[in-house]
Amino acid sequence: MNQIALSEPLLDTPLLEMRGISKSFPGVKALNVVNIALYAGKVTALIGENGAGKSTLVKILTGIYQSDEGEIHVDGKPVAFNNAQDAIDFGVTAIHQETVLFDELSVAENIFLGHSPKTRLGFVNWKAVNARALALLHSLESNIDPRTRLKNLSIAQRHLVAIARALSVDARIVIMDEPTAALSRKEVDDLFQIVKRLKAQGKAILFISHKFDEVYEIADNFAVFRDGKAVGSGVIAGTGQDDIVRLMVGRSIEHAFPKVDIPLGETVLAIENYTHPTEFRDITFALRKGEIFGIYGLVGAGRSEICQSLFGVTRPSGGKLKLNGKEILIRSPGEAIKAGIVYVPEERGRHGAVLQLPIYQNISLPSLTRTSRSGFLRAAEEFALARKYAERFDLRAAAFSVPVGTLSGGNQQKVVIGKWLATQPKILILDEPTKGIDIGSKAAVHAFISELAAEGLSIIMVSSELPEILGMSDRVLVMREGLSAGIYERNHLSAETLVRAATGNA
Amino acid sequence: MLKQLFKYREMLLVVIIAVLLAAFSARSPGFAKPANLANIFNDTSILIILALGQMTVILTKSIDLSVAANVAFTGMAVGMLNAAYPGMPLALIILIALGIGAVLGAINGLFVWKLGIPSIVVTLGTLTIYRGMAFVLSGGAWVNAHQMTETFLQTPRQLFLGLPILGWTAIVIVAIMYLVMSRTFLGRAIYASGGNPTAAVYAGIDVGRTRFFAFVISGMLAGLCAYLWVSRYAVAYVDIAAGFELDTVAACVIGGISTLGGIGSVAGAVLGALFLGVIKNALPVIDISPFAQMAISGSVIIAAVIFNARQERRRGRIILRDRGASEQIEVAA
Repeated sequence: MNQIALSEPLLDTPLLEMRGISKSFPGVKALNVVNIALYAGKVTALIGENGAGKSTLVKILTGIYQSDEGEIHVDGKPVAFNNAQDAIDFGVTAIHQETVLFDELSVAENIFLGHSPKTRLGFVNWKAVNARALALLHSLESNIDPRTRLKNLSIAQRHLVAIARALSVDARIVIMDEPTAALSRKEVDDLFQIVKRLKAQGKAILFISHKFDEVYEIADNFAVFRDGKAVGSGVIAGTGQDDIVRLMVGRSIEHAFPKVDIPLGETVLAIENYTHPTEFRDITFALRKGEIFGIYGLVGAGRSEICQSLFGVTRPSGGKLKLNGKEILIRSPGEAIKAGIVYVPEERGRHGAVLQLPIYQNISLPSLTRTSRSGFLRAAEEFALARKYAERFDLRAAAFSVPVGTLSGGNQQKVVIGKWLATQPKILILDEPTKGIDIGSKAAVHAFISELAAEGLSIIMVSSELPEILGMSDRVLVMREGLSAGIYERNHLSAETLVRAATGNA
Repeated sequence: MLKQLFKYREMLLVVIIAVLLAAFSARSPGFAKPANLANIFNDTSILIILALGQMTVILTKSIDLSVAANVAFTGMAVGMLNAAYPGMPLALIILIALGIGAVLGAINGLFVWKLGIPSIVVTLGTLTIYRGMAFVLSGGAWVNAHQMTETFLQTPRQLFLGLPILGWTAIVIVAIMYLVMSRTFLGRAIYASGGNPTAAVYAGIDVGRTRFFAFVISGMLAGLCAYLWVSRYAVAYVDIAAGFELDTVAACVIGGISTLGGIGSVAGAVLGALFLGVIKNALPVIDISPFAQMAISGSVIIAAVIFNARQERRRGRIILRDRGASEQIEVAA
């Protein structure tokens, strides 16, 4: 439907083809009439921003989700994947970003867990398990002993075991979902050797990656997804990186973002060479009054981790934090709230609300030190606080004393945001403020963020959504693998620069 | 809707208890007479107080298996103290009991808070240790009625408006715990820490410290019960209240306190304890053997758990919906 053919069409019959696949979740159309074809002996790279619909596609392919519309064809014949077993039966297997393996079991047990060869009496046939594991590992040119416990292996070796496990079910179609995310360059090279061997064995491979150099190194074909649509596909050879970047981000951006230009005030928060033992290193930036400071990067680049350390959830191992020019140490979220810093987490369901507690108690939770007197709560004050912020957000509920768990998702979000604003913060950290929200509500959230900045709040906004970052931020810090990849001023912002900086594609 | 369910549930317990009382009094006239009801309540007082301590801990997603051992050790300590220093005022003895109990509770709490050891493991260990300490303290000897003073033994038995002081103590503790749970910062922190620990941390609540205080409260109430127990049964020995920690957990479960934390009320715990008290007092009256009593109590606990599980499942839908929403979010990632 929305296909833009960039290069000559692909002619053979695909091993697996998905036609017109759509999948909706309440409020979100995750996939919108998507086509994709996988060919035997070819690697197809699936490229797209966070939220483009890649993971949903993988879940449909592996039978975890069922599509609302569309067909899946294997060898040109329509098939139905009603559950994960169906997908396995048709030879589809997936290697995930974080593979679930068992440390205390042997390599062979890990490979055959759930489908071990059995003896005639129904017991596990250990001889066969070990022999077949050995054969599989040999086919991957590895000499790991199948009897070793998994915990003794390196990360790369574990990855190999995960691949062996995926192949142990006679796979013909192998999905690799960002398989290189946790690997070093050397390990990536080893992985690519394996991919090439799988290609040579005639398997069709769907390779999902954010990294362009890898895509160009290993893939034959590509498909680009954006906002749940397949916006382009073709053969890698002869397609420029610029074309792919344009497909990924290509959309009109400026409209609909009610970013109001506010004269920026003095510096409120400054961090210098902020460093965490594992997640990020040498991050330096200053935040001014009324500023919206965007942090962009791929998932896992260390964006949320910085915010969590600013909020006292984790502690940095080095660097300075200055609040209004004074160097301070934030050791717990309680101290951060007192200092006027609040963090609205990404997973608002898990980190945000206590579902069993009533609305007013959720709203007052971080402000209890203010609304209570010598350890005693004052219900009237709590209700007043709840009323104030519920009105501001047009929160709809039968009563403030009903548990938050009984509210709709949208209203729960309002409670969570209300409870943070009720602390009267100076600095508001928003982690993916519009993730999982439908387009209409997004605009309302953006207008609201602008309003807060106009009131003099300083805002740090972590987002994976380019239009949001481009449309809302005064400045943007781009992060890549825990390091700063530059801070960009509003008038120097473009989708291409940010994507290049974030993916390391110079 | 959930709140209505709770109300419904507590009302349900009240109704069940009333039906039981009516049924028993049909078999044995006089069972439901005020004097006998007061007697049942008085008899259940210690369980009520201990169940409230247990509730506080369970609400924070923990469990305190050492309460009965705490009663044994503290009971032995105050019994010996009274025997050795008959002149010591009772108020001081009770203060000491509260203090020892609180310290034993704090030890549990520190392990859970500072070392992050699961509470079931910590208190399973201290359960043995505290009882062992009671043995070491007494050398296995008993403190018998004749060694203790009249004031020590008789005070909880004094009648006031037809109810012994023991029963009044339970009423006062219920009132205090109601205030603590509903009107103080600590109470709110306890519900939040058990209901959603991550959200509590993000709201600036120190979940570990909150758990610690829950254990201190539980220990302190166990200390109080230690005195009440020893004076009521007029004897202190190593094995008093053996296994009673399970009764406190049972009272909580029957009273609708979710073992997953964050859900439950003072009224629930009290009603759960009363339910067990009524059964325990009624069965001998209608000639049912103590062994059948145990089986009946056990069946009731399982029935309550099934009821809870059904309720959790209903709640589970909301969680699932929530998970669906967050999965969507993950999908978008």
